Amino acid sequence: MTLKVDIEHRFGAFHLRTAFAAGSGLTALFGRSGSGKTSVVNAIAGLFRPNHGRIEVDGEVLLDSEAGIFVPPHRRRVGYVFQEPRLFPHLSVRQNLLYGRWFNRRGPAEGLDRIVDLLGLDSLLDRRPAGLSGGEKQRVAIGRALLARPRLLLMDEPLSALDEGRKNEILPYVERLRDDFGIPIVYVSHAVAEVTRLADTLVVLSEGRVAASGGVVEIMGRGDLFPLTGRAEAGAVLVCTVERHDEANGLTLLASSAGLLTVPRLDLPPGRDLRVRIRSRDVIVALDPPGAISALNVLAGRIARVFEGEGPIGEVEIDCGGQRLLARLTRFSIGRLGLTPGLSVYAFVKAVAVDRHALGVRAVPRGGAGSWVEQET
Amino acid sequence: MNEVLQGWLGLDPEEATAVLLSLRVALWAVVWSLPLGLAMAWVLARCRFPGKILLDGIVHLPLVLPPVVTGYLLLLLFGRRGPLGSFLADQFDIVFAFRWTGAALACAIMGFPLMVRAIRLSLEAVDRRLEEAAGTLGAAPAWVFLTVTLPLVLPGILAGAILSFARSLGEFGATITFVSNIPGETQTLPSAIYTYTQVPGGEAQALRLTIISVAISLLALLASELAARRIGRRVSGR
Repeated sequence: MTLKVDIEHRFGAFHLRTAFAAGSGLTALFGRSGSGKTSVVNAIAGLFRPNHGRIEVDGEVLLDSEAGIFVPPHRRRVGYVFQEPRLFPHLSVRQNLLYGRWFNRRGPAEGLDRIVDLLGLDSLLDRRPAGLSGGEKQRVAIGRALLARPRLLLMDEPLSALDEGRKNEILPYVERLRDDFGIPIVYVSHAVAEVTRLADTLVVLSEGRVAASGGVVEIMGRGDLFPLTGRAEAGAVLVCTVERHDEANGLTLLASSAGLLTVPRLDLPPGRDLRVRIRSRDVIVALDPPGAISALNVLAGRIARVFEGEGPIGEVEIDCGGQRLLARLTRFSIGRLGLTPGLSVYAFVKAVAVDRHALGVRAVPRGGAGSWVEQET
Repeated sequence: MNEVLQGWLGLDPEEATAVLLSLRVALWAVVWSLPLGLAMAWVLARCRFPGKILLDGIVHLPLVLPPVVTGYLLLLLFGRRGPLGSFLADQFDIVFAFRWTGAALACAIMGFPLMVRAIRLSLEAVDRRLEEAAGTLGAAPAWVFLTVTLPLVLPGILAGAILSFARSLGEFGATITFVSNIPGETQTLPSAIYTYTQVPGGEAQALRLTIISVAISLLALLASELAARRIGRRVSGR
């Protein structure tokens, strides 16, 4: 699957001018609220018609303002999971799920059982949407979109209306869509943890423009993007493999090209690839190898880039065995240690600082456009 | 039906005829104006065009005009020598003047603003985002209307139909002006009551018909309330 978007539109003072391409796997459109994310997915779905531009899916033109082409939403075969579930209140869950099949009679009629199974909807089928919880409703909405047999699935902050518990209830289902169902997904979010966990490719939007795009690891490891990704949440992503479990101490050891990482016990089999996000505010930098210290993870590396910025705080990119780690330090410390590109340093990461909810259980996307691990040099 | 009314309720044949005629006139008025009312409500709720306020005003006109004026206008337009009346009579053999069909037309027009208003309000309350969602699931606009919009506005349609039906049962001024007061053809319940109150010794008959009129109206309102509740529950998904 290839999706090519190149659109331009003016909403009063706001100027949307976005161009990007996405392949299979999950592409996250990431940015603060008001950055134009929803307008972009609405344009892909055909719910919004930009002044200028071109949108193409697998070579089929959905929008071409030059040629006067605009395919209406119902002929695009682009699924959409909205921020709110938007279930039809007058239909049962089963009827909601089967709604799209009515209009897409091509292809095999199987699928309901598989989707019901995938999303755990079995006990809900005969109920009405009004009686469901927020998480259940959103799962039904996902199933409904899938059963219309889209070639591409758009998800516009599908978790933002849910509380933390419900989010963690839905996230595994989204991962299963991506991995087991193999449907290309464009996922809008402003939550770093969600994006790190789910995305293969990242498109960072800022004020209607693409500020950066590429693999998750590459983009998250860039210290200059934190103003766009949110300062408190800034952090790099390390690609690791589960090495073994230390049952006695309740720990799990992760191997990565940056070195061995120790984290609290994870419920994953050895050999499993995963991504780990390490917030830059949780990293300590030292010039010498440490003596007695409680932090379990000490990664040796070399300073790649230093961003000092305006305020008292700076951001340091550290190259650890080919992977990037970000550290947030005061500018005072950066000066005192004389941190400059090329300098050898040690990065300390507390094992408990690893963001458990941002663990992506698929480090390397299977096939398609996800060549982002190589990009990251 | 006629026998039932005469036997059970002790009506004389003329009274029974008036009751049945009223029901028939009201029913046909609703049936024929419903599709038009739905279309008009759609136009007023969803479309934007210059002159919309004027159209809105014209639709509501029968509500504020004296019924006699509406009836007289109908007579001018649809009378045997009126422009529309002569055209319809010549081309399609449809005659309204002094027929029960004319009474139905008068009732439909008098009830139209109430019907349009009720349907329009419920159309405006429909969450457009649900229609968008249906579109992304592959439903063409006509299907979206049939499978999402229409079921959701059903309570409004029902309310509009009942209002129009009730208005038709009570219609007097426009009907009597347009199609007169011919027993067995255009003498509806209100006309019959009016006639009985004008003749000496007609009080008992007038009272009987009045009671029947109250009963029919009350029944219609109760039925609509029950139906609206049931549909409302279904539509809101509880």
